[in-house]
Amino acid sequence: MRVLVRIASWLYALAVYGFIFLPVVVLVLFSLQATSFPIPPFTGPSLRWYDAVLSDTRLTSALVNSLLVAVLSSLAAVTLGFLSAWGFARFTLPGSALLRGLITLPLTVSYLIIGMGLLVLFNWAGVPKSLLAAGIGHVVINLPLCFAIIYSQMGDHQINIERAARDLGAPEWKVLLLITVPVMAPAIFAGFFLSMTFSWDEFVISFLLTRFDTTLPVEIWNLLRSGLNPKTNAIGSLVFAVSIVLVVLFELTLLRRKPA
Amino acid sequence: MGVTANNSRALPWALVTPALGWTLLFFVLPFLAMGLSSLTAHEGGSFTLANYSQFLTDPSYWRAMVNSLEVTAIVTVISVLLAYPFAWILAEQVPERWQRLALMLAVLPFWTSYVVRSYSWLLVLSQNGVINRALTNLGLVAEPLQLANTRFATVTGFVHFFVMLLTLTIFANLKQLSPSYRKAAADLGAGPVRTFLHVVLPLTLPGIMVGAFLTFVLCIGDYITPQILGGNNELLMPQLVMMQIGRRGDFPLASALSIILMAVVTVAYLACARWLKIERA
Repeated sequence: MRVLVRIASWLYALAVYGFIFLPVVVLVLFSLQATSFPIPPFTGPSLRWYDAVLSDTRLTSALVNSLLVAVLSSLAAVTLGFLSAWGFARFTLPGSALLRGLITLPLTVSYLIIGMGLLVLFNWAGVPKSLLAAGIGHVVINLPLCFAIIYSQMGDHQINIERAARDLGAPEWKVLLLITVPVMAPAIFAGFFLSMTFSWDEFVISFLLTRFDTTLPVEIWNLLRSGLNPKTNAIGSLVFAVSIVLVVLFELTLLRRKPA
Repeated sequence: MGVTANNSRALPWALVTPALGWTLLFFVLPFLAMGLSSLTAHEGGSFTLANYSQFLTDPSYWRAMVNSLEVTAIVTVISVLLAYPFAWILAEQVPERWQRLALMLAVLPFWTSYVVRSYSWLLVLSQNGVINRALTNLGLVAEPLQLANTRFATVTGFVHFFVMLLTLTIFANLKQLSPSYRKAAADLGAGPVRTFLHVVLPLTLPGIMVGAFLTFVLCIGDYITPQILGGNNELLMPQLVMMQIGRRGDFPLASALSIILMAVVTVAYLACARWLKIERA
């Protein structure tokens, strides 16, 4: 009975792993062949389409745009999230629960609706479509996330350390920079990296709010109009690689900083 | 309060105002603008309820909502049924020291670009993709099957994503269960099957509900997967919304449809609110 469960478990787990990795393997495999269609039989390996991607200035500038938007919007989201989390955790504010609810509210609304709302507002206010507009949208989706992560990690332990610093005469800004930020670093990193991955991946808000200069997911979307295209495989594999690097970095920082 | 009197009022507000202001300006205000826009006519901008009545009276719009609900329900059920045993195996059968690695591997493609993931499924399912090639080479089918641009393709793409998401949440849930529950059940004479059915499953049910609700919300609002994999053979709500913007620049109608979609999600939330008590560990 035990053995049967074990064998069935292995088979099932293998099948699910297979299902999860099938599209990724197909994507990467057929990015490595020189033919004009990314379909079987496999005839590689060749780096022809990686060459084509890296010499395509639209794709490379979109990649730079995506990184720029991801880094800057995540910095803004984590800063706003951290300051507000600190404010709500340390001080008693009137209507605190309601205001915290307001900050986390965007988590419950789909990106499509957040993007639609900003599109309508910017259209009325005469704000042109741009990377900045998309970045503003990315802060809207990531701020509640950063707030929730950092707020949930602010416990009594941290309050006591801060109180000690204050008792020893440190002014408020010094407590913030020298005590709170270092103590909260794991949560701040977690918020920042998660925001980076979400912004890097985000499509619909960027699609609605940018026009000529755009982010990588939107540029990949434009490539899709030509159907199955090995260039899409190559750029997709590169995007996958970047995401993996981000996730591994994220795991490593969290593991390294976790007290034993 | 351990805060000095002179800045005790100003400081906390200075800390929380930027985040609150951002949320009000770029989340609440846009939402109000969208609400206002949905009540105006596309031509001329006068007050009207036509955008909402159009949804109620035009069967093709209704159809999109029904399609969305059907696809979302199918995806949620299949994803939970696939993910639960998988998460259980990872949490109970895989040795402790390998669990972190096994879980990280299981959700690795979760972090790839959404657009790229859907495109990858298109590669797998297309007329001359790997599945059709394998089936014809094995002699199982004479003609390649029409797999892409179908509801089947949309559901497959969605299930792929949500199995990973649900594996994460259900795994976390199973690990949080105190071993003493299982020990108690065993001491009282319950076998493994009975312990699972009467102890483990009921205790993880709230976590499953939260995961299922998350699946529902993310699935019903997604544009990319149905657009890339399902094509335009049958429309889901997000496709209908984007169509109004793309083809005709009809912001009022797109706004009304977005609000209807959001209302449906809210109703679903209220309907299962009592099962969604998120408990802190």
